[in-house]
Amino acid sequence: MDDLKSKYLTLIAEAGDEATLEDIRITAVGKKGEVALKMRELGKMTPEERQVAGPALNALKDEINSALAAKKAALADAALDERLRSEWLDVTLPTRPQRQGTIHPISQVSEEVTAIFAEMGFSVAEGPRIDTDWYNFDALNIPGHHPARAEMDTFYMHRAEGDNRPPHVLRTHTSPVQIRSMEASGAPTRIICPGGVYRADYDQTHTPMFHQVEGLAIDKDISMANLKWVLEEFVKSYFEVDGVDLRFRASHFPFTEPSAEVDIRCSWEGGTLKVGEGDDWLEILGSGMVHPKVLQAGGIDPNEWQGFAFGMGIDRIAMLKYGIPDLRAFFDSDLRWLRHYGFAALDVPTLHGGLSR
Amino acid sequence: MKFTLSWLKQHLDTTATVDEITYALTDLGLEVEGVEDRGAKLADFTIGHVLSAEKHPDADRLRVCQVATDEGTKQIICGAPNAREGITVVVAKPGVYVPGIDTTIGVGKIRGIESFGMMASEREMELSDEHDGIIELPSGEVGERFVDWLAANDPAKVDPVIEIAITPNRPDALGVRGIARDLAARGLGSMRLCPAPDVEGAFVSDISVSIDEDTLDGCPVFFGRLIRGVQNGPSPAWLQDRLRAIGLRPISFLVDVTNYFTYDQNRPLHVFDADKVAGNLRVHRATGGEEIIALDEKNYTLQPGQMVISDENGAESIAGIMGGAETGCTEETVNVFVESAYWDPVQIAYAGRALKINSDARYRFERGVDPSFTPVGLDHACAMILEHAGGTASNMISAGAVPDTSRAYRLDAARVQSLVGMDIPESEQRQTLTALGFRLEGDMAHVPSWRPDVMGEADLVEEVARVASLTKLQGRPLPRLTTGVPKPVMTPIQRREQIARRTAAALGYNECVTYSFIDQASAVLFGGGDDTTRLENPISSDMSHMRPALLPGLLQAAARNQARGFMDLALFEVGPAFHGGEPGEQHLLVSGLLVGRTGPKDVHGASRPVDVYDVKADAEAVLNAMGAPAKVQIMRGAQEWWHPGRHGRICLGPKKVLGVFGELHPRVLEAMDIKGPAMAFTLWPAEIPMPRKTGATRQALDISDLQSVERDFAFVVDADVEALTLVNAAAGADKALIDDVRVFDEFIGGSLGEGKKSLAITVRLQPRDVTLKDADIEAVAQKVVEKVTKATGGTLRG
Repeated sequence: MDDLKSKYLTLIAEAGDEATLEDIRITAVGKKGEVALKMRELGKMTPEERQVAGPALNALKDEINSALAAKKAALADAALDERLRSEWLDVTLPTRPQRQGTIHPISQVSEEVTAIFAEMGFSVAEGPRIDTDWYNFDALNIPGHHPARAEMDTFYMHRAEGDNRPPHVLRTHTSPVQIRSMEASGAPTRIICPGGVYRADYDQTHTPMFHQVEGLAIDKDISMANLKWVLEEFVKSYFEVDGVDLRFRASHFPFTEPSAEVDIRCSWEGGTLKVGEGDDWLEILGSGMVHPKVLQAGGIDPNEWQGFAFGMGIDRIAMLKYGIPDLRAFFDSDLRWLRHYGFAALDVPTLHGGLSR
Repeated sequence: MKFTLSWLKQHLDTTATVDEITYALTDLGLEVEGVEDRGAKLADFTIGHVLSAEKHPDADRLRVCQVATDEGTKQIICGAPNAREGITVVVAKPGVYVPGIDTTIGVGKIRGIESFGMMASEREMELSDEHDGIIELPSGEVGERFVDWLAANDPAKVDPVIEIAITPNRPDALGVRGIARDLAARGLGSMRLCPAPDVEGAFVSDISVSIDEDTLDGCPVFFGRLIRGVQNGPSPAWLQDRLRAIGLRPISFLVDVTNYFTYDQNRPLHVFDADKVAGNLRVHRATGGEEIIALDEKNYTLQPGQMVISDENGAESIAGIMGGAETGCTEETVNVFVESAYWDPVQIAYAGRALKINSDARYRFERGVDPSFTPVGLDHACAMILEHAGGTASNMISAGAVPDTSRAYRLDAARVQSLVGMDIPESEQRQTLTALGFRLEGDMAHVPSWRPDVMGEADLVEEVARVASLTKLQGRPLPRLTTGVPKPVMTPIQRREQIARRTAAALGYNECVTYSFIDQASAVLFGGGDDTTRLENPISSDMSHMRPALLPGLLQAAARNQARGFMDLALFEVGPAFHGGEPGEQHLLVSGLLVGRTGPKDVHGASRPVDVYDVKADAEAVLNAMGAPAKVQIMRGAQEWWHPGRHGRICLGPKKVLGVFGELHPRVLEAMDIKGPAMAFTLWPAEIPMPRKTGATRQALDISDLQSVERDFAFVVDADVEALTLVNAAAGADKALIDDVRVFDEFIGGSLGEGKKSLAITVRLQPRDVTLKDADIEAVAQKVVEKVTKATGGTLRG
């Protein structure tokens, strides 16, 4: 019996493919195989002999079967290995191209600004780009003869002959939205109004269209000190710094009184702006307490309500934060620029996740 | 507005430095735009003494001078006629830059003899136009810096010039005295007195003035004096220096006086040569068509209603804007009539704008000069003329009356706290207002006549806060309107806009922001370009009309990129387009544009030209993200800039169009210089119905545990049968059982014959209650065939 065992185990070990293995199986443990023949001989044995030979034969059969199974698995593994060896790919080849879309910096920064002011309770108001001269000027305490009208480089819409109304204007600032918003929802109110504005000016630092965000807060007891806090919080959050000095300088805008221009402390080193440190001051926005006449124009009683307003350039603060050098390039749609300064689709600015990466 | 430090100090007694003054000015709201230190460019010039001057052996006009300098005796060749032994001179040694000749001095040889520097004239140092010879100083030590000598002996020459920006509300700061007043109120010194001079009227003026009744609202008052026997000529040096320092050219003394008071006290004046005035002066309104040659020597034609000063010969001066050349003063003028009038700001602004004249007078009158100062300013000017040019003055003639601008507002000391949030004691507030010229009577503050901008209580607060310095303002938290977690603030449309933007970017499109105005030709291609959307004053013809759509701007952007070598583009924009010229005639659009191929050529062969189904997929994805219903109709018949056979309108009904996708018309592409196929979509976010949403809860998920069954069908239909018709028909065969119908194959022509195509669909059946038996499936299949056949006229493909 030991001969049988060693004979078949050797044959199995030497088998080179599955067919050989099957032949071995049939010869060894098949119905008419050598082990089966031995089994048949058991009947001729004495019970004593049978008690020894029976289990031994069964054990032999099991051993050969498991050797066959093991060998079969080994052969399959070897075959797979062989196949995989032939399935080599050059994984350094480039992938199928996938377009990478981008969000324009103006959209991104508008969302950043919205996220910050929303946290402070400001909602987003919008208004028409073409507006009447009343909303754009008169209601904002800029009467027809006011020098500010001439200084604003206003775009006027064509008037048909016989239409003697004053020509409509392309809004020169987002401030008319203040008036429309006051008319619509009264006081108290807290809004920001981001959007495109237009002035007939084109040179190194001016484009005939740019973007502003206007802020307006009206309540019973809002003061300029609240304005300063709001702007401090905004600047800190927007530029993602721990603290920043703001300097209020007296100024004049027809629609606010008192009025202040606001500078932030910064440094310029090697052409890079750092907000919150250094000895330079950079003008970033204009602001003030809403002029009583403007409140009146918006249908709000200035004896009862007061508040602040501010306006700043979205393009400008985008340039400052992200180091974008040229305003004109914002509107040129150069693919290289869009890819370089644009933002990924999923870079949604949030206060909990951070405004920028 | 420019002025020099010494000019300021004429009105302000102060020891403050230039830095202190400029800081205070900016902080007060008079923003400093620049300080010109005129001494800086002369810093390297030193004083020398000519020890000897010999004639140059080879040149009659040149002298060889030995000059004592801080670096010892130097030999300098000089051509000036006054170069001689014993004079004290200004020396530019080699290496010094001489501004007047824009040259850096080097060591040179002049006709064979070496020269180690030069001796400078006033013009060479840009001190004046004087160039008759080199400077001879009456004093000065060898080696002393010339700027130091100037500062000690002739400070006006090196006076720092300060330029400030004046906001429209502060006409008073268009005079140096007004600026001084702000600084004094801030505590940077005290105002010097400037009493009205006592001008003796020695005779009765033979020129009188009248104001027409209908002109009194534009010229309420007019004063004048005739001065006889003046000697006009160049102004004294100090006056010339001041005018030159602020960028004005000295002309003649009489004219310079008017310019001087324009800047000194914001009091524009005009001088007539009395001998050229015929008869009396009359202030009246132009009837229109009057012509006048103004002092700028240009001819102006007056429009009806504009104010004018005439004599018997006709119009002689454009009132409040610019005098006439005809009666202007010259060097020869001996009898001068000096005018000081008050003109209405609004009327001057309109007239100046209409005539397109930008003069110092217009600039000031339209912002508002001090009406009460009208006669006083006249006498200041007359006194100066009498002092420097001699002559005798007439009585003061006048017409009209100084307008009464007196008004007072209540000073509520608590208002500074409530409006600004600064704690300023009432006594300090009163002190500030008094220093600015307000007169306090009890708690009423009377506004000085030079502050037309102060029109209410809030202005008093502004003055107090401004002078106290807003820099000191401390921020104070703005309390929340509500407690707890802030609510979302964006409107549904604003969210759609944001989602559309982010989805398009995620689909690989680059967002553009293009100008809202485009050229007329491009606007016309997209249904715009008419007069209602035309700009009256476009910045260029490329930007003449408000855009009727976003696509022309995107196509122009694509063409620019193609010109740079980028041929495959995916661009999008979200923004307003304009269907009219009235406020509100704008609508929000989302447009995407695919041009060229899906990508660069690649090893996998994935790159292919973009097609209609790319933009259809993207349009559907963006609409879906914005919350549009999944079930829509695709219709044809969009505008003419789409390829007539290759576009679809995504509709919720015949009138409810959510968007359009398709190939752009080849003629449009040609006109806009686009190479290659261009596919686009435009969506109207506002057209998507608002969800009838009451909460965030979703409908319960309804799924069946029973296995679904799929069956494929192929139909032969006419080639113009649309797949959606077939799909809808099949889906209608058993709405309860059929879960989904998908087209998976289209085959046109071939063995099917001309004008035929085969469409293959997979119908998925989802049983709900019991497992489907073959008979059930067969019954549904038969109904599908029936429905499709009926709807399309097609047949089941054998």
